Amino acid sequence: MIVGQAVVDGILTGGVYALMAAGLTLTFGVMQVINVAQGALVVLGAYLSYELEQHAQIDPFVGLLVTVPALFLLGVGIEMLFIRRLRTLSIFNFVVMAILATYAVSVITEGVLDMIFGSGLVEVQAPYVDNSFVWFGMHLPEIYVYGFLLAAGLLGALSLLLYRTRFGRSVRATEQNRTSAMLVGVPVHRVSTIVFGIGVAVTAAGGMIFGATNAFNGDSGSDLISRLLTIVVLGGLGSMGGALVGAIVLLVVENLVAVLWSPDWAPLVFSVVLVVVLLVRPNGLLGRAVAT
Amino acid sequence: MKRTPIALVTASVLFSISLAACGSGGTKANTTTTSSAPIVVGADLSLSGDFATEGLPYARGYDMWASYVNSHGGLLGRKVTMKILSDASNQPEVTTNYQALISVDHASLLFGPVSTLFTVPAAREALRFGYALVEGAGGGPVVFNSGLTNVFDTGLTIAGTVVPFAKYLASLPVSDRPKTAAYATENDPFDEPETQGAQQVLQAAGIKTVYSKTFPQEVADYTPIADQIAATHAQVVILGAGDLSVLSPFVHAFIQQGYNPEAFYTANGANPPQFAPAIGGTANANGIVTSGSWYPDYNNPDSQAFVKAYLKAYGGTASSIDPSVAEGYSVGEVMQAAVEATHSLNQQTIMNYLHSGATIQTVLGPVSFDKLGQNKAASAFLFQWQGGQYVAADPPQSGVQGLVFPKPAWGAS
Repeated sequence: MIVGQAVVDGILTGGVYALMAAGLTLTFGVMQVINVAQGALVVLGAYLSYELEQHAQIDPFVGLLVTVPALFLLGVGIEMLFIRRLRTLSIFNFVVMAILATYAVSVITEGVLDMIFGSGLVEVQAPYVDNSFVWFGMHLPEIYVYGFLLAAGLLGALSLLLYRTRFGRSVRATEQNRTSAMLVGVPVHRVSTIVFGIGVAVTAAGGMIFGATNAFNGDSGSDLISRLLTIVVLGGLGSMGGALVGAIVLLVVENLVAVLWSPDWAPLVFSVVLVVVLLVRPNGLLGRAVAT
Repeated sequence: MKRTPIALVTASVLFSISLAACGSGGTKANTTTTSSAPIVVGADLSLSGDFATEGLPYARGYDMWASYVNSHGGLLGRKVTMKILSDASNQPEVTTNYQALISVDHASLLFGPVSTLFTVPAAREALRFGYALVEGAGGGPVVFNSGLTNVFDTGLTIAGTVVPFAKYLASLPVSDRPKTAAYATENDPFDEPETQGAQQVLQAAGIKTVYSKTFPQEVADYTPIADQIAATHAQVVILGAGDLSVLSPFVHAFIQQGYNPEAFYTANGANPPQFAPAIGGTANANGIVTSGSWYPDYNNPDSQAFVKAYLKAYGGTASSIDPSVAEGYSVGEVMQAAVEATHSLNQQTIMNYLHSGATIQTVLGPVSFDKLGQNKAASAFLFQWQGGQYVAADPPQSGVQGLVFPKPAWGAS
């Protein structure tokens, strides 16, 4: 039973991490931008949900109607101010400079959050955070079930957007060959800006769930980013489904090791799994070779 | 052309050696007592990162002490200047910062960092330059077992934290005494031995261990650990949580699993004002026990004066004062007492005084060090959430009857 509980917990929590990692893999897949500010932006999303819940008594899920557009606009601003200007560089230099630029965004975001909110730990509150569904003798926390459903819904919607819409065709064209896409009239700058905005907007949802299930402060993002990068590498850079699969694999492996062996070994065993997977599939579980 | 690389290498080596000579032992502590220049007091603290929740209140405590001293004639008639450098919760930065405080800022006195993890490298660096290091947040056994003769910890040792609670449980009549216990602790040089200390006492009292594991700080999800504890139905839970970010997932998981232990002790994270709001209100906090060395209503004249000064400077209510501020303040009081008693800034003289067994009155109560630098006179309190209030339950503060056992159900008052 405890093993089953560990697996189910891993799947549900994996959905939450997939939400946080989805934006990261999207921006890399389309723009070759490794957004190391992702962790800080998750925390920003958590704080926005927290403030709406504390001061306007808005349910965290309802609050997404405000926080998602807000973070979309922030993402658009970041891309136009920091990323677009680097496009004149060679691809290698662009990737490196984009990492530095997003690192700067991360530091600025953490600093601003620390200044505004201080170092005290807070959590997003909701009545269903401590409730659970009972399923075959296992307790499934409601917040994680809702978070998993939200993750599935959002990732599904993103996939529909990418594969069933005209905009999605433009995105995939830009991803495959930016120059050729430009030549056939795809507005690649606008596409990149919107994609980056979407990547950050999705983070708002991940941040809300993160904030409801963890005590956090402005510095919590620095712990997150290493796990999120691990998830997208395992799942495959640029693969939305890979983000979900990678997150679930990470959490299930860690949970099983913690329960069957020792929590001390969980991070190490996962790292071993990651290395083995990359040796067999260098592009990750569901990734494909990145265009150069 | 062949000589050039050799010349460059030789010059580099000589340059490095000269730099090292400047950095090691080349700077003496400023022990002049006749100068009128301000006395620089140096400290490394975690002002950002994982340990900032303790580092920032400690900084406030150090600053409050400096303000108090300067408004009361200074130290040996000289103003005190606090110089605090941040390590951003990175251990390598600690050594670098103390080197800078000594070599660049020419600090005359040194205060310690937060966390046992940082205290050891800080004390080693201070000892290299012959400095005493007074600190309040590095009480793990490794600090006192490392042969460091210059460290003085005003805080509680392990014997003063969870062990009194374990002894309380062990002292219950056999019919009331819990039968099983679960232990989970972060891989931390203080929390881990603290939990082991409790386990020894409880096992000796016949309370069976049904779960005992450590976990690293990098764990992505605490839920499986908490679920496994819940599955054992242990009547006692001893949790070596580093802070609220570790404690909160355990509380949530226990509530989600419908598991309510009869006794729940946490090393850290349960003090106001953040704990109750994070776990859904004070009703969920009731019954949880932790330990500490100070609380705002502490019946001690120094403490009460400190609380008044804090409220005047920063506002708010007494219950919102983080105990780490008082702990930081006490570090200053101890150093001040040593300097004034010896009328000296000489580090060896200060260390000899502090090792002499002299008792110093501070906001934490009496402080007196043994030969290892541990505070053998520390006032230890067990705190418990009762009726939505965070109270000193052992020894009980006024109006409190003592520890409540068993713990109320989650959500009950």
